[in-house]
Amino acid sequence: MFFTSLNNIVSLNMDNGFFMAAAQTGVKLGTGEIVGTWIAALLTICIFSFLYDDNPLYKFAEHLFVGVSAGYTMATAFHNVIKPNLIMKLQEGFHLLSKGQIGYRCWENLSYILPGILGIMLILKLVPKIQWIARWPLSFMVGLASGLGVVLTMEAFILKQVSATLIPLLVFNSQNAFLWAPSLKNIIIVLGVCSGLIYFYFSKEHKGPVYGTFSRFGIVVLMMAFGAAFGYTVMARVSLLIGRMLFFRDQWWPAVTALFGGG
Amino acid sequence: MTDNTETKTGAKANIIDILKNVDRRYIFLFILLAVIIPILFPLNLPIGTSAPVRNIYDFVEDLPEGSVILMSFDYSPSTEIELDPAAEALLRHAFRKKHKVIGIALWPMGLSQAQRVFAKIEKEFPEVEQGKDYVNLGYKAGGSVILMGLKEGFAKIFPTDDKDTPIADLPLMNKVKDISNVDLVVSLSAGVPGIKEYVAIVNTQFGKPVAGACTAVSAPEMYTFLDSGQLLGLMGGLKGAAEYEQLLQKPGNASLGMDAQSIVHIVIVLFIIFSNVVYFMDEHQKKQAALK
Repeated sequence: MFFTSLNNIVSLNMDNGFFMAAAQTGVKLGTGEIVGTWIAALLTICIFSFLYDDNPLYKFAEHLFVGVSAGYTMATAFHNVIKPNLIMKLQEGFHLLSKGQIGYRCWENLSYILPGILGIMLILKLVPKIQWIARWPLSFMVGLASGLGVVLTMEAFILKQVSATLIPLLVFNSQNAFLWAPSLKNIIIVLGVCSGLIYFYFSKEHKGPVYGTFSRFGIVVLMMAFGAAFGYTVMARVSLLIGRMLFFRDQWWPAVTALFGGG
Repeated sequence: MTDNTETKTGAKANIIDILKNVDRRYIFLFILLAVIIPILFPLNLPIGTSAPVRNIYDFVEDLPEGSVILMSFDYSPSTEIELDPAAEALLRHAFRKKHKVIGIALWPMGLSQAQRVFAKIEKEFPEVEQGKDYVNLGYKAGGSVILMGLKEGFAKIFPTDDKDTPIADLPLMNKVKDISNVDLVVSLSAGVPGIKEYVAIVNTQFGKPVAGACTAVSAPEMYTFLDSGQLLGLMGGLKGAAEYEQLLQKPGNASLGMDAQSIVHIVIVLFIIFSNVVYFMDEHQKKQAALK
């Protein structure tokens, strides 16, 4: 995130006309792009240097990343949330009020003062003596999120998911011919869900021909799920490395050739 | 003879000790080489397509010309290697089929990701116009609350597009008032808010078809929504994007990255086998020492 952000920021803010150079790919690179790409490449190497051992270069890049991320998020939040959703609304509300156009639109805009006050109360968490004030907006947020969450979670993630397991174990087509592949899939789904649930039932010891067998099968199902998750996680982490290597090949190398005229 | 055997046993134990304590940095080096070599010298290994990816492709393919697709850019540059190729492939497909695209973002950095993807793909389709064929409405904070508001209308939540053009001045948005005018919703998601929120609100509450593209880390938990029919399709990680590129017959960075993925996975499997062999050799050695 940081590398791309910095790349964009530097590219946008620097003079693109100076030091124009033809890259190996034939794409013309401006000063901003060259400098931004070099900074991104050096910072990538700084971060990767941690794989060898902890070092000051890694610490520098890490701290820079945290600082830039926080700054960018704050600036984005101000321009995309606070400004259009609070400042501009209040401006319009007070403007209408000053003109005497007191109607629904005026009061609707002025009503944003309430979330504004709640927002200020939330920031008071930073003042130790009156930090208790922050509990009020926090409780409002928790209540709202819980209310929304219960309804949405219940329907989308519980009822729909439960109904997806209420499936026929033996599947036949319209000519009444038995379909073994969908049947096997459905049996595995039902057995997997039931066994997994049995494993997480701790009020009875996991012993006996039925309870013990199902809970052991539940462990197998869980292990398979963890294995799939681990495999995907490896793929995700390798993808990140591929991304940086592609950056070096497609962006940094043209910047190198642009600077040094190599081929 | 005895001395010779003892020397051999001692040397074997020594080798096992060395193998047991291989510096982890050698593993990093092997992984790095396994990534760099296929990128520099592509192997063009075959990439098969899976049903979840084909479902999205077929759905977009079968939509009548001029249908509206909502793409939600719910990720940041840290995951762009996995989600940019998916976004680009989907957008390319939509423009090829002359569909209309609305871009929104539930993540702050999603705005700039969307701008870059639109700018890149727009160059391939000179006839495509911003405002008429696609709009980028930008980022709005609120997650689930924003999605619930889509039923009341886009204008209320997104009064302007990313270039501050009022929504009323965008020809596309004059036809698309709210979520009911959208034919397909695709969340390109790296976490929360993302696919789960779209499933819970846009699919479950509004009954709209929802597809997803997600990072590989979150792909396994999304499969439950595929089986229940709450997601019509899924592009999981770089592999999902590569599959979509193959279906479009336009290989990009995702397809290129799959060579490296395959080689790295082979290297990892070899390391797992190697470490297990060393473990069992060590166990055998310990048992023999105990017997003596």
